[in-house]
Amino acid sequence: MSAVVTVPEGTDHPYALSHLDSLESEAVHIFREVAGEFERPVILFSGGKDSILMLHLALKAFAPAPVPFSLLHVDTGHNFPEVLEYRDRTVAEHGLRLHVASVQEYIDAGKLRERPDGTRNPLQTVPLTEAIQHHRFDAVFGGGRRDEEKARAKERVFSLRDEFSQWDPRRQRPELWQLYNGRHAPGEHVRVFPLSNWTELDVWQYIAREGVELPGIYFAHEREVFARNGMWLTAGDWGGPRDHERTEVRQVRYRTVGDMSCTGAVDSDATTLDAVITEIAASRLTERGATRADDKMSEAAMEDRKREGYF
Amino acid sequence: MTIDTLRFATAGSVDDGKSTLVGRLLHDSKSVLTDQLEAVEHASRNRGQEAPDLALLTDGLRAEREQGITIDVAYRYFATPRRRFILADTPGHVQYTRNMVTGASTAELAVVLVDARNGVVEQTRRHAAVAALLRVPHVVLAVNKMDLVDYAEPVFAKTAEEFTAYAASLGVPEITAIPISALAGDNVVEPSARMDWYGGPTVLEHLETVPVARELTTSQGRFPVQYVIRPQTAEHPDYRGYAGQIASGAFRVGERVTVLPSGRTSTVKAIDVLGRSVDAAWAPQSVTVRLHDGVDISRGDLIAPSTSAPALSRDVTALVCHVADQPLTVGQRVLLKHTTRTVKAIVKDIPSRLTLDDLSQHPAPGQLVANDIGRVVIRTAEPLALDAYAASRRTGSFLLIDPADGTTLAAGMADGVR
Repeated sequence: MSAVVTVPEGTDHPYALSHLDSLESEAVHIFREVAGEFERPVILFSGGKDSILMLHLALKAFAPAPVPFSLLHVDTGHNFPEVLEYRDRTVAEHGLRLHVASVQEYIDAGKLRERPDGTRNPLQTVPLTEAIQHHRFDAVFGGGRRDEEKARAKERVFSLRDEFSQWDPRRQRPELWQLYNGRHAPGEHVRVFPLSNWTELDVWQYIAREGVELPGIYFAHEREVFARNGMWLTAGDWGGPRDHERTEVRQVRYRTVGDMSCTGAVDSDATTLDAVITEIAASRLTERGATRADDKMSEAAMEDRKREGYF
Repeated sequence: MTIDTLRFATAGSVDDGKSTLVGRLLHDSKSVLTDQLEAVEHASRNRGQEAPDLALLTDGLRAEREQGITIDVAYRYFATPRRRFILADTPGHVQYTRNMVTGASTAELAVVLVDARNGVVEQTRRHAAVAALLRVPHVVLAVNKMDLVDYAEPVFAKTAEEFTAYAASLGVPEITAIPISALAGDNVVEPSARMDWYGGPTVLEHLETVPVARELTTSQGRFPVQYVIRPQTAEHPDYRGYAGQIASGAFRVGERVTVLPSGRTSTVKAIDVLGRSVDAAWAPQSVTVRLHDGVDISRGDLIAPSTSAPALSRDVTALVCHVADQPLTVGQRVLLKHTTRTVKAIVKDIPSRLTLDDLSQHPAPGQLVANDIGRVVIRTAEPLALDAYAASRRTGSFLLIDPADGTTLAAGMADGVR
C-alpha cells in the first residue's frame, strides 16, 4: 500500500523543496528528456541572461560529463561587443561547439533586406530557420519564459514546429503531467523551453544563488546613449544616433540583451546582483515593455514572429 | 519559512466570465504591471469600450481577441506576500474536456466557474467530473455574475448546494463555494459590501490559505532512468550515473534496489544532486544515482527499493481522456509513454465510455472520439512497472501516441497492476 505523506502548512518539512530548487529540478528534467529522445539538439545562445542560465542548468544536468548539445547563436551584426566576448569565452571555457548564423551575411548576400527602421531583430527568423534545416537540428532549446509576453504564455514546454519552423497556436499538442511528447516527422523539429515556468525575478535570484557570471551590461555603468521611442539606445555604427538625435552619457543597465537596434537600457544605479533584484522587484514595468522595441510594433508582434519561426 | 507555490487551474463555460475573473484576480492583486495595463486600456479604447476589458490581459492570441474567446491553455505567474501561484488558464470552449485535463493534470486546485443566472449546467458537471477523475485535491465553485441576480443569497445557496452534492458524490475531497462578480470585483480579491450575507473567504484569500497537501513522498520510491551519464574522460574514466527525476518517495545511499523490467538487484553507492553528494534524495529532485554493481541499465528502466518494487505487467487497464481529433478504436496500434519509457501497444478493448453528466457507463462504444473519457484495456509489447493513478499521479499516468504522426491521442490514468 502506498501512504501519502502530507505536510502540514507552515512547517519546514525535510522533504520540502525550495521554489528555486523545484524550478531547477524541472528544467534539468527537461534537458535530460531531450538528451534521451533526440538525435541532434542545439541550445540557442545569445549571451543574454536566459541563455546563460540555460547553459548553466545544462552543465549541471550532465555533470561530470560535458553538455551533449552544441550552441547556436543568431548574430544580428548589431550585438554588444561585451556580449560577443562573453559568448566566445564561455564556449572556450566549457569546450563547447558554437554555430553562428549571421544576419549580416544574409544582408550582404542580398538574401535579406535591411528594414527602414533599422531593427534587425525580426530579420533573425530566416537565418535561424535555415540553420536549423542545414544542421538538421531536431530539438532547439530556447530561453523563452511564459511570463514574458501573452503569446509566450500560450507556449508549450515542447513545441512542435513544421518544416517551415512555423508555430500554430491552434494546433498545439496538449501537455499532460510531466510527460513530454517529442515525436516529430523528418524535417519537423521541436522547440524546447526549459525556463517556461520561471519569472524574471526567479532568473535573477537563481543567478545570484549560483553565482553565475553575466556580461557587464546587465549592471549599471556609464554609457553613451540617445533617446528613441522612449528608450535609451546605445550609440554605434549600427545606425544611431540620427541627425536630430543627441547622445549623452548616462548611468544605465540592460534588463534584456538583444540587438542594439531594438534593446533599450534603463536608468539604474544597480551595480550588484542584490541591487538588480531589489530594482526588479520594485519595477512597475515588464522586462519587455521597458526595453524591447520589437514587441511594441503591434498588439500581436510576438505571436506573428513566433508563427513565422521566431523563438 | 519559505513561500510555497500553488498550481491551480480554472474551468468555465463560454461567457461565464472566466477571462474576466482571471484578469480581475491579476489586476486586483496588483500582479499587472503598468505597461501591460496601458496596452489593455489602449486596445479597449480602440474597440470602443469605455472601461478596460480585463479579459484582454489573458487572451494573448490574435484569434482570441478577434473572437473574444479563449482558445488554448495559457500559464500565468503571480505572487502575493503569502504565496506564489502558477495558473493554468483553460478555455471553456469547444475542446473543453481535453483542455481542462491538460490544466488539471498538474493542478492542486481547480476553480469551476458558473453563471449565477444559469446555475449548474452540463458543463459544470463535466468540469467537476474531470477534476475528480484527475484527482485534483481542492475544488472551488465560483458563482459568477451575482450582480445580475441582485446579489441574492438564495440564488447562490441553491447552486452551491447542488454542486457540492454532485462533486462530493464524485469523490472530490474538498469543495468551497464563493459568490462573486468578476466584472464588478466582488469577492475576487476584495470582500463584497453588497453580499454581507456571505461570511467566507474571497477567491484570492482562499487560494492563499488552502493547505497544499502534495504527494511529496509515497512510501514507495520510484526512479525512472532518463539518461545514462558516462563521461569516459581521464578524470572520470569509470563514472556511470543514472540521471533522472525521482517520481515519488525517497532514496538513500546503501539501500537495496531492484531495476525493472530486468529484475536485477543492486545497492545505491552514491546520489548526486546536481553536483552535490547526498545521503538521501526525494521527489521531485533531479538526481544522478550510482549503483555498486555494473548492471545493464538504460533509459526507460525504473529503479525502486527492493522491498517495494512495483509489479510488472503487459496488460494495462485505465481510464483515458481522448485528446486528439482522430478517434481511438479497438485493435489500434499505438505507442504508450509511461515515465521515460515508450513502448508499442495495442488497444485490446474499450469496455465503456463515461457520460460525465452522471458518470454512467455506456458499454462497448467501439471507439473514443475527441473529449471522450472511457475505460480501455491495452496490451503492451514490453512489460511496464505501472502504479495506480490513485497512488501516484506521476507513475500512474501515461500518454497514448499515434506511431504514424506522433500525435498525442489520449491521457491515461492507470488502475494499477494487481
